[in-house]
Amino acid sequence: MNLYEKTAYDAAMALEKKEVTSVELVESVLGRISEVEKNVKGFIHLIERETILEEAREIDRLRAKGQRSSILAGVPMALKDNMCTMGIPTTCASRILEDYRPPYNAHVTEKLQQAGTVLIGKANMDEFAMGSSTENSAFYPTHNPWDTNRVPGGSSGGSAALVAADEVFFSLGSDTGGSVRQPASLCGVVGLKPTYGLVSRYGLIAFASSLDQIGPLTKDVRDCAMVLEIIAGNDSRDSTSVPREKESYSSYLGRDIKGFKVAMPKEYFQEGIEEAVRESVMNAVVLCIKLGVEVEEVSMPHTSYALPCYYLVGTAEASSNLARYDGVQYGFRAPDQDNLIELYLKTRSQGFGSEVKRRIMLGTYALSSGYYDAYYLNSLKARTLIRQDFENVFQNYDLIITPTSPSPAFVRGERLDDPLTMYLSDIYTTTANLAGVPAISIPCGLADGLPVGLQIIGRPFDEGRMLQFCFALEKMLGFKGLKPKISADGVLKDVS
Amino acid sequence: MSPEYEVVIGLEVHVELLTESKIFCSCPNRFGEAPNTNVCPVCLGLPGSLPVFNESVLELAVRASLALNCTVSSYSKFDRKNYFYPDLPKAYQVSQYDFPLAKEGFLDLLKDGRSIRKVRIERLHLEEDAGKLIHDQKESISYVDYNRCGVPLVEIVTAPDLRSPGEAHLFLDWLKKILLYTGVSDCKMEEGSLRCDANISLRPSGTETLGRKVEIKNMNSFRAVQKGLEYEVIRQKQILRAGGRVAMETRRWDEEKGVTAEMRGKEEAHDYRYFPEPDLPPLMLDENFLSRMKGELPELPEKRYLRFMESYGLSPYQAEIITSSKNLADFFEDTLLHYPHSQKVSNWLTGELFGLLKTSVKEIDDIPLTPLHLGELLKILDEGTLSSTLAKEVLEESFLSGKLPREIVQEKGLLQISGEKELLLIVEDVINNYPAAVKDYSDGNKKAVGFLVGQAMKQTRGQANPQVITELFKKRLGK
Repeated sequence: MNLYEKTAYDAAMALEKKEVTSVELVESVLGRISEVEKNVKGFIHLIERETILEEAREIDRLRAKGQRSSILAGVPMALKDNMCTMGIPTTCASRILEDYRPPYNAHVTEKLQQAGTVLIGKANMDEFAMGSSTENSAFYPTHNPWDTNRVPGGSSGGSAALVAADEVFFSLGSDTGGSVRQPASLCGVVGLKPTYGLVSRYGLIAFASSLDQIGPLTKDVRDCAMVLEIIAGNDSRDSTSVPREKESYSSYLGRDIKGFKVAMPKEYFQEGIEEAVRESVMNAVVLCIKLGVEVEEVSMPHTSYALPCYYLVGTAEASSNLARYDGVQYGFRAPDQDNLIELYLKTRSQGFGSEVKRRIMLGTYALSSGYYDAYYLNSLKARTLIRQDFENVFQNYDLIITPTSPSPAFVRGERLDDPLTMYLSDIYTTTANLAGVPAISIPCGLADGLPVGLQIIGRPFDEGRMLQFCFALEKMLGFKGLKPKISADGVLKDVS
Repeated sequence: MSPEYEVVIGLEVHVELLTESKIFCSCPNRFGEAPNTNVCPVCLGLPGSLPVFNESVLELAVRASLALNCTVSSYSKFDRKNYFYPDLPKAYQVSQYDFPLAKEGFLDLLKDGRSIRKVRIERLHLEEDAGKLIHDQKESISYVDYNRCGVPLVEIVTAPDLRSPGEAHLFLDWLKKILLYTGVSDCKMEEGSLRCDANISLRPSGTETLGRKVEIKNMNSFRAVQKGLEYEVIRQKQILRAGGRVAMETRRWDEEKGVTAEMRGKEEAHDYRYFPEPDLPPLMLDENFLSRMKGELPELPEKRYLRFMESYGLSPYQAEIITSSKNLADFFEDTLLHYPHSQKVSNWLTGELFGLLKTSVKEIDDIPLTPLHLGELLKILDEGTLSSTLAKEVLEESFLSGKLPREIVQEKGLLQISGEKELLLIVEDVINNYPAAVKDYSDGNKKAVGFLVGQAMKQTRGQANPQVITELFKKRLGK
């Protein structure tokens, strides 16, 4: 077994037992990257080899002295390119921030740095996290390691593909409407969107502030718990961060899940879902029952409002959040402007891609006087109803089980000209963002050689029990250990 | 104002709050730093930065609200006001829209000792200030200074209750006094810590419907507010008299030319696309906080003004001057603790002491002279051992050095000479030196004694007691 194939936990254990060094882990993933990255294209920016190695050496030195800052110290990882890294390009996969280097670190960057993890590079994404395929990156699309003709999902497609292709041991993504869970599902990895307010958004370049959350993308559930433990926690720099006691998520792992009550909302299994996905998820439901879990069908009647509601709230906030990219203070500025209005128009026309512009226009429209009540205000009302749906279900059930995405990875280019079909990729994931509740996607099977993910949604701040549940289920599902086989020419067929 | 039209004015006043740090970050709230040195990722609006509300802003804003008799909302929230301008780095201003911090207050407009109008305050809300553009005409380049970004502001909006440009000026005078008394702001219009826009319309006298209003901007002093409005009254009256319609627009006051000029029309009005600021939780205020704030409120200038007239018998003019600042009014009342004659204290305070403050360009609270000093000086004066001319000298010395008046009087030997023996020598001396005046007096010109007394005063450097010495001259020369 190659070192890079290990989970983050196994790599950490090997470090702990002094079987490997951080330098060896870094060498291993750098080797892997040089082999497969040309076919995956998961990175936007790779940090210089010598810089990474120096960091790894330092961590090895400290470890030799008996000092390690966390269990994951020395483990290589990647950050989605919308998380600020001081002095290191942070582009949001946009031309408008192509040369932007933040003067400060995001909260999660700081946390991972303090934990001694080793940043390998910045992961590709849909521009400003707007998209479900990573085809909206201004630079190049990322390929799905399971089939490089297919998309890895999005917007955290780079983060998911890098983990699936063993180019890093784990990564962080951001999830506004499913941007961690959907690519996790399409790439066969674990992806968690924590409760709104659990992970500080300080230094996460905003798409939709009331929906954005940062979450881990990992090779398995245990890794997810470990990474969450590092990044979760109150931060006074984010006023929406919730002050709570730190939790040990890994301590939940291995506990019995017998007696858990799980709801299966029928609205998530209706039209639009691909048969293979339904089968995969139903198969997992049967396993749950075998594990002594009570599963019942419920109704969440306002689910159909979620997608339109999401595309109004999300775009409205985005239209305001992205207004600052005006060519004045930093980032791209269009050449040849005669006056202020031209500076704005040219900079923003040339600097943003078409999906970003589409959403800015949608959001601007939704907030315009005369339309505000009909669009924005109504979507806030719908949001309340969706939240109530969850509260109702959680009165009687511990967790909710649904598919993560209605279909496995689709072929690149297939949905590019059809934004509405593309938007449907998020149909099962936006609800959790609108309600602020935590949701995780774990791989539950393969459909025609492509991974399928199931989604577990929990009560606010109930990540511990969600992970406990997923950990038990993961063991039974038998997906763990399945790896995409990326061939040298980038065409992948078999599953090892 | 001719009786045919009534002037209707409402004001929008922006006031920078005197907090230590900015409203959403920990950068110091300071004026006059080198451009773009007092900034951080938050106030620069850098990607990924988030606002954190500075609670001390709340105290000052609530104080201002209570001082303006507003109802403070137990729930208010922040909203984003979206527009593009280079001095606004996020391209939105965090402000408050449909749930302002406070509303429905009033300011009692006092003049000559009585209330001439109750001006309703519609709302008071919190917001962040923007940066500043610096235009280089020669290079035809504009620079942005972001230092002011994130300085906390309250916007105070009045109802259209003012009825003349003079009233607008008076309103601002009182508002400034209230904000200074409560320590909410330093209200320096020249530094931009108080800024005022005005809405003005005319309507036929006796009618209720509001006319078509014009907004005036760029008035950089209270005087300019009045002048801009006066110009606008004349301009609008001419339009209306000629049967025209006043265009609803924003006009800019041109101080140099003394006119207002069109800035932008109504059709160019912004759609600010307000929506709730998702990065900040709503502001919830509990009763305890509000009652504590109420309890901490000092006596406000209107009350003090009226009380000073009533309790101390001051004229409206004196009361207005003395209550124009809290420190001055405090000084006055503290002096009364040492010397309880209000009229005399008022005279010396507004006369001599004001003169000294003016020449030295100082404020009452940054001089070494205290109420104790003034009280002591007035006491010595009453004892009749110091001439008022000398008292003024002593005051100046006290003002500069902080020495107590008794000390100065003793050190310099300034006590009045009232002893007849001592004075007689001087009388003899003067009589010998000015025989012409003596003859004059003897010939019946009784006024000549004034000249002789004057000479005696001169010889004693003012220390001779004028009453005593006059009597001695008269006695010596025979009545």
